[in-house]
Amino acid sequence: MNRLLVRAGGLYTTVQDTGRFGHYHMGMPPSGAMDIYSAVVANMLVGNADDAAVLEATYVGPKLEFTDDRLLAVTGADAPVTLNDEPVEPWTAVRVRPGDVLAFAMIRAGCRVYVAVSGGIDVPVYLDSRSTYTLTGMGGHEGRKLVDDETLQLAADGQATGSGGAVVPENLRPDLDCPAELRTVVGLCSYRLTEDALASFLGTEWKVTKDADRVGYRLRGGKLDFTEREQPFGAGSDPANVVDLGYPIGSIQVPGGDEPIVLLNDAVTGGGYATIGTVISVDRDRIAQAKTGESVRFRSVDLDTALAARRDRRERIEQVRQQLGR
Amino acid sequence: MTDKIQLPPARYEYGGDEFVFVELDQAMSLEANFAGMAVTNALREEAIDGVVDICPSNASYMVQVDPDRIDPRDLVTELRRLEASVGTLPEDYVLKTRVVDVPVLFNDPWSHETLMRFRDRHQDPEATDLEYAARINGFDGMQGVIDAMTSAPWIVTMLGFVPGLPFCYQLVPRERQIQVPKYVRPRTDTPERTFGFGGAFAVVYPVRGAGGYQMFGMAPAPVFDLSQSLPDFAEDISFPKANDVLRYRAIDMAEFEATRAEVEAGTFRYRIREAEFEPAALLADPDAVNRELLEVLYR
Repeated sequence: MNRLLVRAGGLYTTVQDTGRFGHYHMGMPPSGAMDIYSAVVANMLVGNADDAAVLEATYVGPKLEFTDDRLLAVTGADAPVTLNDEPVEPWTAVRVRPGDVLAFAMIRAGCRVYVAVSGGIDVPVYLDSRSTYTLTGMGGHEGRKLVDDETLQLAADGQATGSGGAVVPENLRPDLDCPAELRTVVGLCSYRLTEDALASFLGTEWKVTKDADRVGYRLRGGKLDFTEREQPFGAGSDPANVVDLGYPIGSIQVPGGDEPIVLLNDAVTGGGYATIGTVISVDRDRIAQAKTGESVRFRSVDLDTALAARRDRRERIEQVRQQLGR
Repeated sequence: MTDKIQLPPARYEYGGDEFVFVELDQAMSLEANFAGMAVTNALREEAIDGVVDICPSNASYMVQVDPDRIDPRDLVTELRRLEASVGTLPEDYVLKTRVVDVPVLFNDPWSHETLMRFRDRHQDPEATDLEYAARINGFDGMQGVIDAMTSAPWIVTMLGFVPGLPFCYQLVPRERQIQVPKYVRPRTDTPERTFGFGGAFAVVYPVRGAGGYQMFGMAPAPVFDLSQSLPDFAEDISFPKANDVLRYRAIDMAEFEATRAEVEAGTFRYRIREAEFEPAALLADPDAVNRELLEVLYR
């Protein structure tokens, strides 16, 4: 009872909620689900609070065995899901019983799936959050990704008695089309790039390299020139060097001019490379679903657009809530 | 005496919808750092709803907001008002802080092994990081750089990159500061507790991981302890605090090993002394303030 047996951990599966805030100033990123929309909707489907802890699985999902009666929902990337080898629908509340086994085949589109279980994954709360930050080994399940043959605790109050069946309509599921368009507020230290380089940055289809994880995505596909200047005191002599400063989550830096890095939920919080803009918060959901080898594009937007997109997402979440009667 | 640095007008930028980034100067100076301290202190006192985090940096600062609770533009209006009203720290402002002795084994075997693996990412693949730093800073050999770095204390002007990493700026006039570029391409590996240097900043890496700073040595004592088993970490997983004054002290292998043994036994404590100084006095005569701080530390 109240346990979830991890038969196989998958490639990189971690416990995440909506993040750990208020510690960025000492160098600790929020962590939390990379695709917030999918994580929140998964929670809604099983009747959890929006910020309950879920599993985030990258590329290859885990194999999980249930020990009691629960509701389960899988959202995010498009991957074939089975329960006891029978296909089950994603974006749907599914009733599970003791002994039921959930498994995934390879992802078809997107990059990260979210698994919510009624009650939520009950790992210890660390600094007000259950999110995993693997770099320092804190939070989540022992500060690390799941491994084969171990056990997760589920909250005792999540036992399900009713049936599943609640479904998120197609029009309220995210778009996983490629290339992902990432709306970006250009700025920060974008003055370091020449006008041509900035135009080229926005006009290029950038390819996601294999160095793409929860810390950030490294991209390739173009070469950007910096404006010439005498480097300011304390910055270092490379043209991409600035006096070390704070990096917003979603910010884009270009060390060497040819490898843009977009920082994400496990971001390094600061450093000495020039930042040229920030992907808007809503579109972090989108880049979280881009995988190695796929392309992304940046589109320059203003702050109004960024704030409107955020209101939009919030309205979509409320629409889901209404549809599900939660 | 150093010439007083006049800061340019602050530059306000939106880091998407969740961050406001304020650049006080493109160049590093204590003036810029103290100006950031003044305005972020004032902002913290206002306890504005929707402000999630306040992150002072070297010559800039950043504020994280919840845009569902506060429009970032309203925050910028408030920051401009604060900038105009508090300006920089008042002349008679007294900074209460800690002075800490931080032992470092320079030219150690572990960071040496790592730097040799990444020569292809370095400006000067034929030299070690310390030899390179000595050459471009006009010293005959690496001992000159080590002497310069250990002769005067440093102030923590920013925390970040990863939890607990202190960016330290030396309390000497610009013309006596060491400067080095960051690696041409960042390394994918840096040993835990590496003493690193980039731009004009010294750091100790809290955990193993990527890094772009030149590698000069190894600290025997941690700056980050998730298990909080050492007494200095009882309150917090990271040791350095903003405005701490750190004195990096060169040690030999015997002291390194002895200190490591204390850390392993859970008995190590940093040498810490409470101290205070006036930032205005420091800007006017850094050497005099340094002498006092070191006197307090080793009294």
